Amino acid sequence: MIRSTAAEMAAKLVAGEVTSVALTQAHLDRIASVDADVHAFLHVDTEGALAQAASIDAKRAKGEKLSPLAGVPLALKDVMAQKGIPTTCGSKILEGWRPPYDSTVVASLKKNDIVILGKTNMDEFAMGSSTENSAYGPTHNPWDLTRIPGGSGGGSSAALAAFEAPLAIGTDTGGSIRQPAAVTGTVGVKPTYGGVSRFGLVAFSSSLDQAGPCARTVLDAALLHEAIAGHDPKDSTSINAPVPQVVNAARAGDVKGMKIGVVKELNGDGYQAGVRARFEESLELLAKAGAEIVEVSAPNFEYALAAYYLIAPSECSSNLARFDAMRYGLRVGDVDGASAESVMNLTREVGFGKEVKRRIILGTYALSSGYYDAYYGSAQKVRTLITQDFTNAFAKADVLVSPTCPTTAFKIGEKANDPLAMYLNDIATIPVNMAGIGGMSLPSGLADEDGLPVGFQIMSPVMKDERMYSVGAALEAALLSKWGAPLLDKAPIMGGAK
Amino acid sequence: MSLTYDDVVAKYEPVLGLEVHVELNTNSKMFCGCSTIFGAEPNTQTCPVCLALPGALPTVNEKAIESTIKIGLALNCSIAPFSRFARKNYFYPDMPKNFQISQYDEPICVNGYVDVEIETDEGTKQFRVEVERVHMEEDTGKSLHVGGATGRIHGADYSLLDYNRAGIPLVEIVTKIVPGTGKYAPEVAKAYVSELRDILRGLGVSDVKMEQGSLRCDANVSLRLIGSDVLGTRSETKNVNSLRSVERAVRGEMIRHAELLNKGERVVQETRHFQEDTGLTRSGRSKEQAEDYRYFPEPDLVPVAPDAAWIEELRAGIPERPSLHRKRLQEAWNVPAKEMEAMINADVLGIVEATVALGADPTKARSWWLGEISRLANERDTAIADLAITPTDVAAIVALVEKGELTDKLARQVVEGVIAGEGTPAEVVSKRGIKVVNDDGALMAAIEKVCAEQAETAEKVRSGHLPAAGALIGAVMKETKGQADAARVRELLLAHLGQA
Amino acid sequence: MSSLSRDDVAKLAGLARIEMSEEELVALSNEFTVILDAVARVQEVAGADVEATSHPLPLRNVFRADVVVPSLTPEEALSGAPAQEEQRFRVPQILGEE
Repeated sequence: MIRSTAAEMAAKLVAGEVTSVALTQAHLDRIASVDADVHAFLHVDTEGALAQAASIDAKRAKGEKLSPLAGVPLALKDVMAQKGIPTTCGSKILEGWRPPYDSTVVASLKKNDIVILGKTNMDEFAMGSSTENSAYGPTHNPWDLTRIPGGSGGGSSAALAAFEAPLAIGTDTGGSIRQPAAVTGTVGVKPTYGGVSRFGLVAFSSSLDQAGPCARTVLDAALLHEAIAGHDPKDSTSINAPVPQVVNAARAGDVKGMKIGVVKELNGDGYQAGVRARFEESLELLAKAGAEIVEVSAPNFEYALAAYYLIAPSECSSNLARFDAMRYGLRVGDVDGASAESVMNLTREVGFGKEVKRRIILGTYALSSGYYDAYYGSAQKVRTLITQDFTNAFAKADVLVSPTCPTTAFKIGEKANDPLAMYLNDIATIPVNMAGIGGMSLPSGLADEDGLPVGFQIMSPVMKDERMYSVGAALEAALLSKWGAPLLDKAPIMGGAK
Repeated sequence: MSLTYDDVVAKYEPVLGLEVHVELNTNSKMFCGCSTIFGAEPNTQTCPVCLALPGALPTVNEKAIESTIKIGLALNCSIAPFSRFARKNYFYPDMPKNFQISQYDEPICVNGYVDVEIETDEGTKQFRVEVERVHMEEDTGKSLHVGGATGRIHGADYSLLDYNRAGIPLVEIVTKIVPGTGKYAPEVAKAYVSELRDILRGLGVSDVKMEQGSLRCDANVSLRLIGSDVLGTRSETKNVNSLRSVERAVRGEMIRHAELLNKGERVVQETRHFQEDTGLTRSGRSKEQAEDYRYFPEPDLVPVAPDAAWIEELRAGIPERPSLHRKRLQEAWNVPAKEMEAMINADVLGIVEATVALGADPTKARSWWLGEISRLANERDTAIADLAITPTDVAAIVALVEKGELTDKLARQVVEGVIAGEGTPAEVVSKRGIKVVNDDGALMAAIEKVCAEQAETAEKVRSGHLPAAGALIGAVMKETKGQADAARVRELLLAHLGQA
Repeated sequence: MSSLSRDDVAKLAGLARIEMSEEELVALSNEFTVILDAVARVQEVAGADVEATSHPLPLRNVFRADVVVPSLTPEEALSGAPAQEEQRFRVPQILGEE
């Protein structure tokens, strides 16, 4: 049951073949069985999930018309506020904090009767590409428990790959949904910036952050996308326009006549051999499905990483200032004679991890008087150039594609001491956030040299998210044909589950 | 030996800069929908946004934008076609996000001016105070410092924070530097803040009560040698809670700076706090190690680009500048400046204007409101505006007196009756049976009676001692229950006693 | 070659209210030499004629009507408070000016 897709589960629920309570319990059992090894979850809300499931079953029994995904369980990245449930953002500074309010995404999930199983592990405050920066220990890739599941949303993607949940919510600032999806063999989508509300999404980099759907199939992701997207008056940066028709696009999977642009600067030069090989194959399959492959150039993309590592730290240095031990969260050093200032300083020293502190200092520097123009100011200009590159490229192609990231999942600890090497994981995903366009990663196969999953990235223009789903669905179908079975069937069996 | 003010202005000339913060009277806060009502129980008007809970996002109050544009227009500013919010980053427990959403290099209003008038030795002089910018920001929470001697921050053991006030809309109005005021700097500063207050009150965007903190003034003062181009170091004085304090603070700082400079010492660039009791300033935070605020555009809010049509619509609704309006009334009514001031101070100008609009003679209207009604208000320890008597009532009373149906004395009874809630003047007259006794016959009867009863006094008057008539008139008034026209009584009485 | 000295890092840590150990200050100073070089690349293309992007979307004038909506209850507001007294957040003595 847990190995079905969300769409299949939804159909069974509607047909009365299974109850939401049974489905939820099955997933809770699965979590109990494998999560000691995977460590995808930071908090499992057994009682709440079952209660929610029961009430949905009751509504269904009464004949109420429910949403397409009603009764299907989901894992929520621990960066989203859920009322009354511990929300840590993977940090010690928020250990035990229970928000008194729901984020808009959670409100949408509840409105759609999607059962929230629990909160998933992540790099602290979404900063990282491996989930090794979590203050609560790393998550392990279900394909190989000695390897990273990607980051910052490694918990959500690992939960999917380990069949602990059929759906998950992630957030993506520089690739934090797409890169974990790539290295775990799952699907992850970053909608157009402003397509999903950020109200209740604990901010890392406000102009780059976006919440998005994670799943094992493109259609599942589309269904979840439609459940959470839409305008929110509480988020001044949210788009007031109809949600793109992503479910229809995913069902049709039609790429005939579409121009697919390969970005020269992201074509895989220097990437791991297996990553390149799967990318080339995917291009061939798309061509066979009726698309036209063209080459485009984005000359300013080589500056994207540098600009990102100025903009994101700058915004986060400001966004994280609120964690000061005064109103919520950790408080350390409040002894006789201590001042508010010393309590703040000590709490932040102890409560934040290394990477977070590194970025706060970098951001403070980039914004400081005398350096603003050279650093933050210049980075914002690079952003304009990258957006222009995309505009030019989209004049020649309907979507752009690239490998999602340069390598397959590396070993836990391998890059932990080399920040720059770690940052390079995001080289292909970052430009998407800089321009605010949509980006999707779906599995394109396993690398021959290590048998680990490889991801294929699709990028679509602002508010044309449906194009990603058309191309993604088409590729997924072609690959399924080729493999004969879903890729995840090849992942190691864990916990002896069916 | 301390300097006199005259010593100071003989050698130095002051340069002023004024920053005024105005708390807007919107229903909800600047960036969230919490109520702004003053005096609520602590932390009952807060939400994830104004508490800066993780994940919360700001949304801009449309009325606050409107009010700010109106303020800019009333101060003759240009409204920026494109303006942005910016984050001002610094840590302080009363500021939940540890940054304030404000505006930096793209404020919403720029380059305006306020004309003020002050009295100088050479008569009335006009000064134009130029306004650099008007921008929007948000207020902080309130802290209670516990444990120290005076409830102030120094020596406190800990503090208690109430965030009801956090996020209330603030408008900051910053002047360009104001040179050329010479020895009148304190008066110009006071006049500017006063005029600003009147303009803001006229716009209805704030209740501008300095004592309550809805209008706050920071005064920047520096001195330079007369004739020099070189600007001196300035100090910023906060905690200036009244118009009088503005004047005293500026004067005090000028003297303090001069004393330092005369001794060859340096003026420290710092923030100082005004002490009401002494009229002096106390050193606060040193601005020499100015905190780097690391301003950058607020990513959670989009730019403000008010369209020209909206601006013109708002411009049309701006009332006439209060000082111009007052000048116009003063000329129309032919009332001396001192009396205008009296009406303004008693806050009855609008009421008097309304009474005149209903047909009453301006001098009579003024004399009723400032005189008898004011007295009755004081007696009852209420504001004039809170009494039950209206401009319509007063206009009616003035008309009745003019027609001769009431004497001044009787009119006062009617006023009392209206205030007591007995009804309109006509109703009061009828209920109380107030009537002027016009009938000479009745008056003569009373006069003869009184003269008979007070024969000696009558004799005094007969022999030319006119002041004695007063007692007799008084007696006649009593006899007629106060309803006689005292002037007519006097006429008849004197005639009767051969002194006409 | 851009770099931050240990003292520069200490100043920044002060601005950011983080009490860093001596080791951390030195380590960061070393790391930044490499990082700053990498990020300084943005200056190569950030010409004077290029405009800065602060918002990815061209949105303008997003406003909220001036209407009061229910606040949190004081219990909810104070629910995360490390210390509270008389329905207020209790914080250690504040050194700054008043």
